[in-house]
Amino acid sequence: MTKITFIDAAGQSRTVDAEDGSTVMETALKNAVPGIEAECGGACACATCHVYVEESWVEKLPKAESMEEDMLDFAFDVRPSSRLSCQIKVGPALDGLIVTTPEKQG
Amino acid sequence: MSEIIKTDVVIVGAGPTGLFAVFELGLLDIKAHLIDILPKPGGQCAELYPEKPIYDIPGFPMVTGQGLVDNLMQQIEPFGPTFHYNEMVEGLEVLGTPEAPAFRVRTDGGKVFETKAVVVAAGGGSFQPKRPPVATIEAYENSSVFYAVRKMEDFRDRTVLIVGGGDSALDWTLNLHPIAKRIILMHRRDDFRAAPHSVNAMRELVASKQMDLLIGQIAGLKGEDGQLSAVSVKTADGVVDVACDRMLPFFGLTMKLGPIADWGLNLHEQLVPVDTEKFETNAPGIFAIGDINTYPGKLKLILSGFHEAALAAQKVHRYVYPEKKLLFQYTTSSTNLQKKLGVS
Ligand SMILES: Cc1cc2nc3c(=O)[nH]c(=O)nc-3n(C[C@H](O)[C@H](O)[C@H](O)COP(=O)(O)OP(=O)(O)OC[C@H]3O[C@@H](n4cnc5c(N)ncnc54)[C@H](O)[C@@H]3O)c2cc1C
Ligand code: FES
Repeated sequence: MTKITFIDAAGQSRTVDAEDGSTVMETALKNAVPGIEAECGGACACATCHVYVEESWVEKLPKAESMEEDMLDFAFDVRPSSRLSCQIKVGPALDGLIVTTPEKQG
Repeated sequence: MSEIIKTDVVIVGAGPTGLFAVFELGLLDIKAHLIDILPKPGGQCAELYPEKPIYDIPGFPMVTGQGLVDNLMQQIEPFGPTFHYNEMVEGLEVLGTPEAPAFRVRTDGGKVFETKAVVVAAGGGSFQPKRPPVATIEAYENSSVFYAVRKMEDFRDRTVLIVGGGDSALDWTLNLHPIAKRIILMHRRDDFRAAPHSVNAMRELVASKQMDLLIGQIAGLKGEDGQLSAVSVKTADGVVDVACDRMLPFFGLTMKLGPIADWGLNLHEQLVPVDTEKFETNAPGIFAIGDINTYPGKLKLILSGFHEAALAAQKVHRYVYPEKKLLFQYTTSSTNLQKKLGVS
């Protein structure tokens, strides 16, 4: 099983099992991880699944496509490590991934 | 006060459910006015995913969000619904009795309706601009911070900070440039989603120093008594203060329940409970269909909204035509229905 760690804005960390083939956003919802709203259900249409990927992982993930970059314009406090978690596909290569949820989703 | 519009039914929300309700009501000779805060029909389908495919509309193996809306608009055309766009339904007042209900409906644009029934097809709530999560922003709203341009004059001779990278941000940059004292466009990256010709026009203005382009994000607001004096901006080189007295942030739309919460309807987790026979709320004559309602087993699907519209229409008929009996008819074979559809 691929393990993903979510750290919330207050610093509390939760490590959960993620199903390969699902997305990081779906993993969060399935495990009731707070801080991710995903209003649009993963259609890359709302930017309320915004996360910061831990520094060491930024380069390891496949780059955001232009649709995701465009949607990130609707998020707040966007940083170089910002991603939309519904666009990150889970696979064995992501085992150990750490993401932080922002203080507020748009 | 403007003239009162009298009608059989007011439909709050022109999403797919509200649109199809026009059809089901129309077959029963009930005229509808639809009100939506968006400038166009289609609700979520048109606003959030116009180009995405939908695979679970019965009879359509695949249709896009906008394609479905276009088809619905064509389907309801024979019934001549009246649309009121860019208007938010604010007030809903009960005038009649539970047996013979009547309502007064008010919009933020000052329109007033008197109607025998209200169909709330408000989906996830009204689409409203996203508010940047910076402290104290509310204190500046509608005096220095605006989410839309209602009157261009509000920006004459002002230093305007426009935030965003889409068409709204670029269009207002270009439209306000001639009358503003100075325009500063700010975006988080030097890459714009807006139409290429407006991006080019903006770049020319920047190159000839007629406006400023700043790459950064809002970090805080400065000013007093609702009058903005500067915006703190996080840039690659740290936080800087940008002097301005107007700000226009364009961060897209989000759905908020809005005024529906004040209409005396029972609410359960931001949804309106209804029965599953007539989809009527706790207030006789007020119906709730589509994503806004809840009942045991509810699925937030377009097809559920369609079904609910058909059943609610039956009860609306009892209020609008209390003396008439309803005959069940098929559109395939009833010449009466076909006449209404303009096909016989
Ligand atoms: C990305 C995405 C993909 C989806 N895919 C599917 C799918 O494949 N199949 C499916 O069946 N469903 C899908 N859905 C869900 C589907 O879009 C909704 O079920 C549907 O839009 C609900 O329709 P509605 O008319 O009830 O509400 P909405 O579409 O939400 O429309 C409600 C309208 O009411 C307006 N409104 C609300 N309050 C007020 C007010 N006070 N004054 C004025 N106007 C107001 C709003 O502005 C809005 O335009 C999807 C949703 C999303 C976001
Ligand atoms: S869930 Fe809406 S963009 Fe990711």
